[in-house]
Amino acid sequence: MTNSTPTTAASAKDHRTDDDRLPGLLRLPHPAAAALTAAGAVLGLLSTFLAWTWTAEFPGNLTVYAYPGGLQILTLVGSLLILASLLGGVYAVRGLRWLTPGGTRSPVLLWALGTFATTGFTAAAISVQLGGAVNLEPGAYVAVAGTLLALVGALGLGRDVAGDDAEPGAWRRFVGSLKAPAPAAAKETPGWVEILAICASCAIGLYVFAYGIEAEDGPPFIGFLILACFGAPAVGRAGLLRRLSGLAAKHRNVTLTAAFVAALLFPITQSNEAYTNIAVSVLVFATVALGLNMVVGLAGILDLGYVAFLGVGAYTAALVSGSPTSPFGIHVPFWAAVLIGAAVALVFGLVIGFPSLRLHGDYLAIVTLGFGEIFRISMQNLDGDSGPNVTNGPNGVTNIPDLELFGFNFGQEHSLLGFDIGRFANYYLLMLVFTAIVVMIYRRSDNSRIGRAWLAIREDETAARAMGVNAFRLKLMAFALGATLAGMAGTVLAHVEFSVNPESYKFVHSAPPNSAFLLIAVILGGMGTVSGPLIGASLLYLIPAKLQFMADYQLLLFGVALVLLMRFRPEGLIADRRKQLEFHAPPGQEGGGGTPAGEIDVPPGSGGLSKTEA
Amino acid sequence: MTTTTTKEAAQPAPDTGGSVLTATGVTMRFGGLTAVRNVDLTVDPGEIVGLIGPNGAGKTTFFNCLTGLYVPTEGTVQYKGRVLPHRSHLVTEAGIARTFQNIRLFANMTVLENVLVGRHTRTSEGLLDALLRLPRFRRAERASEERAMELLDFIGLAHKREHLARNLPYGEQRKLEIARALASEPGLLLLDEPTAGMTASETTATRELVLAIRELGTAVLVIEHDMRFIFNLCDKVAVLVRGEKLVEGGSETVQNDERVIAAYLGTPLDDDPGSAEAAEVREAEERTAAKAETPRDSAAQEGDED
Repeated sequence: MTNSTPTTAASAKDHRTDDDRLPGLLRLPHPAAAALTAAGAVLGLLSTFLAWTWTAEFPGNLTVYAYPGGLQILTLVGSLLILASLLGGVYAVRGLRWLTPGGTRSPVLLWALGTFATTGFTAAAISVQLGGAVNLEPGAYVAVAGTLLALVGALGLGRDVAGDDAEPGAWRRFVGSLKAPAPAAAKETPGWVEILAICASCAIGLYVFAYGIEAEDGPPFIGFLILACFGAPAVGRAGLLRRLSGLAAKHRNVTLTAAFVAALLFPITQSNEAYTNIAVSVLVFATVALGLNMVVGLAGILDLGYVAFLGVGAYTAALVSGSPTSPFGIHVPFWAAVLIGAAVALVFGLVIGFPSLRLHGDYLAIVTLGFGEIFRISMQNLDGDSGPNVTNGPNGVTNIPDLELFGFNFGQEHSLLGFDIGRFANYYLLMLVFTAIVVMIYRRSDNSRIGRAWLAIREDETAARAMGVNAFRLKLMAFALGATLAGMAGTVLAHVEFSVNPESYKFVHSAPPNSAFLLIAVILGGMGTVSGPLIGASLLYLIPAKLQFMADYQLLLFGVALVLLMRFRPEGLIADRRKQLEFHAPPGQEGGGGTPAGEIDVPPGSGGLSKTEA
Repeated sequence: MTTTTTKEAAQPAPDTGGSVLTATGVTMRFGGLTAVRNVDLTVDPGEIVGLIGPNGAGKTTFFNCLTGLYVPTEGTVQYKGRVLPHRSHLVTEAGIARTFQNIRLFANMTVLENVLVGRHTRTSEGLLDALLRLPRFRRAERASEERAMELLDFIGLAHKREHLARNLPYGEQRKLEIARALASEPGLLLLDEPTAGMTASETTATRELVLAIRELGTAVLVIEHDMRFIFNLCDKVAVLVRGEKLVEGGSETVQNDERVIAAYLGTPLDDDPGSAEAAEVREAEERTAAKAETPRDSAAQEGDED
């Protein structure tokens, strides 16, 4: 991260009038660069109406004229977004300017990069998969040329933010042109517009997620990922994310409701059971990651054996829910199974936490890691051979019957308002309720006397105790609460997966759940936030699930991703309010070494401590 | 950290004479090292007491014994006639709050949140209250926040409530630490080198602040190396040397005590070797001083002693 100079913010403001001072990678005259970008984007747009290849063997059928399909849609969307941000940002067309309240050139450049990368990837994938560039129809060449033109133009557009040296090298000019100033304070807009904006964003989010999960494995999904990788920073550089988080902070309950409704609508966008299966797993692991975030992110207890509590809940529910392999042979109703599972996990949390929470830091982490493994090995050995037969050993508890609540059988397909809701969709909806509960518990405990005490312990335990915080008791409370929430999620997991067996509760494993996966999800997504672990767990589960060929290298790639993240975005994908202040201090505030991030766009009184919830 | 449980119940005190803090015979040994030996100290209501001594004299160790961070090997500490438990959170609950020699704020929390943590012992909403968010919880949160804002007003940081504590300048961090300690409504405030590393004007401001705290009805016990600060501020000064209390009394008494001077500067040897050279140097220095006439701050800014 380069140091910001006091002049940076000032010169960023007048960038619209003084272009020559801030060259991008290519030194093009400004009108020419803009025109080139526009022409390229239009060309890219038109190319999607041509055929890109001659055979429908390539996934997505790119052979049809005047009807974009498969990967062409990504190029189409990318070109449209280049045009939109170009018109809104560079040409400042009335009615589109709201698209770029922050940076005006960097979003164009990022969209151009993403579109060119996706289009280029498509052409390459067609050539490789069908055996040679001869399989490309002219449309594909037009697409590549068009998006390349747009990219060249965008590289000549110049920078949003001045660098600190007068004659920077090519690489620094390029990096500089990816930076953007923070958006100015939002204008007053009527409340209904803001609420509409929140709802629209949730709808777009749902659509993007559904598109991604539904994209065919292989090239179409990779193309989606490429565009998404460039698109997310583009939206961020344009200042839209900051605007949106400002709105979300202002209308917290509306945002939560809208997000919940969007998640609720997800199953009806899906026609294929396989994808709702992925979705329900994503939801379970995201919920468990959020529970872990309470332990790690709030109280600062590094728990490397967290998955054991998920296992406790899953095993408990499996044993009391009428599985033919359960030695107990009882079948309690679901609500009772949830309560028993959560209660048993709570007891385990207290029993494990009571001795181990007297340790600190690395020692605590190692002890929790040990307890996690002890759980798995115990479950493996309670098989009637090396111990009493409780868990059926390595075979696990199997054939757990489907749930039936109020005469609603979760195993069958139901028709709801004309939409078919299959087995996994049923469980998805059930799990969503649990996710909502965990989100609520997290948010409410975070913003309270107890939550502040947790943060204080995380920051400096000695000082916290000197302020009257009973550190041990509060840490035990966080640990036990986290355990309870994981246990609760485990009870649903047992039903979704029909069976539980000890092998799935390892510390590291190629497939989730495992403690390392959960921890990476929390760190990748952003510690101490609600949406961070949810997004982190979704990405970490979704990407390997869609890219089967990566399975062997999954752990390696997780590691690489973490190292890169710690280097370039140590606060995680989603920064919590405090981390935003930590890493991107507003200009004029001492101790900030980051880019000028401007004022945090949260109206006083609505963010943080003064906020009260319904 | 040891957290040996001792008798925490209130014991009838022998005779504390209405004083806020009574330490009797406090001794702290670390293995063979006796860091604090048989120290008695009383602080009366509304009093500002200074605790001075050379580096390594055991001042901070004595502080840690008072606040329950250390369990004294011998001796008792009473607060308003009650023997204090050896758990720092219970000491704070009883009414003694402290600041630290090296600032220990909750760096990644906001200014307001730091002060609100200080309110922890004076509020009681538990996890269930937080989850249910009944009107009682909201009332308590609002009251806490109002009280915290009053304190931030008091130290002049109200406009920085949403700033991260780590981003405050040094002097304001010191002030915030005091506000955080005051939030627990203490009867006695322990300040561990509140002016370390401060400029002269900041030191003056700190003095004003301590006097204002006294006006609030809180007694103050302060460790400091800045002698001018101590003698201008304190009603009573105790001198700790090598773990033992040497003198206790008003500024005049302490300043003129030969043992104190000796402890800080050392005693001349019997046959006084090198006295001739010393006289020579002194003479030369006087000559230069007379020429330059530049007053220099004699206050020693000495380093940590932990």
